[in-house]
Amino acid sequence: MIPLTWYLVLSAVLFCIGLYGVLARRNAIAILMGAELMLNSANINLAAFERYLAAGSLAGQVFVIFNVAVAAAEAAVGLALILAIYRSRDTVSVEEVDLLKG
Amino acid sequence: MSLTQAVFILLGAMAVLGALGMVTLRNLFHSALAMILALFSIAGVYVLLEAEFLAVVQVLVCVGAIAMLILFGIMLTRDIVGRATPVRNRQWPLALAVSAGLLAVLAIGLVRAVWTQAAGAAPAGVADLGLALVGPYALPFEVASVLLLVAMVGALIIAREARE
Repeated sequence: MIPLTWYLVLSAVLFCIGLYGVLARRNAIAILMGAELMLNSANINLAAFERYLAAGSLAGQVFVIFNVAVAAAEAAVGLALILAIYRSRDTVSVEEVDLLKG
Repeated sequence: MSLTQAVFILLGAMAVLGALGMVTLRNLFHSALAMILALFSIAGVYVLLEAEFLAVVQVLVCVGAIAMLILFGIMLTRDIVGRATPVRNRQWPLALAVSAGLLAVLAIGLVRAVWTQAAGAAPAGVADLGLALVGPYALPFEVASVLLLVAMVGALIIAREARE
């Protein structure tokens, strides 16, 4: 039997790597991929908590499914925004997109 | 160490390796392929958690749909080699410090925490999950479908080529 802590630590490691990707990358698509990884690491947590602390309650798995739906919506809208910015500004580097900077 | 533990360590190592490749690789296309490796390993973790439906959803939606969408996004913006600009921005040491600090705090908390585990109830099957989605979770299910519809229409309108 795998201890619950192993799943939680794996999820924490993936979350922190995704956080680093969001904070440190320049490319907007790379930032979106980091956010995707963070959502997925949270999903591991939900499924693991359901399996170990509330087996058979289904709440964790249902949450994971909704989370995946939100992640899909986020990826679609995010990439559409990046495409629109690329068309008008000819760049996907977030440091060059500073229209709102006074 | 039992076999399942060895499989978990292998899957976890693949996921972490893919994630590290995703945030460090210079070529954005390789970075997306590394993300696919990480997401695929997470599907394996779901199998170990006896959540087979989640594993299938993970492969179909995350690996199949989202990763393909991101690959198309990379190709449409053709910024693949990064035009010799650095991969990381100026604040990357701060970002590394914040991420490592958060990881340290989480790891200490998680290792010290004591969980009261439920007595071995049977894991829920796919049929139970389907019944739950149309029974007690019917309203969130409908809200999620409306959200997907709105996101789809919004993405189409935002990404549409503006015609003069």
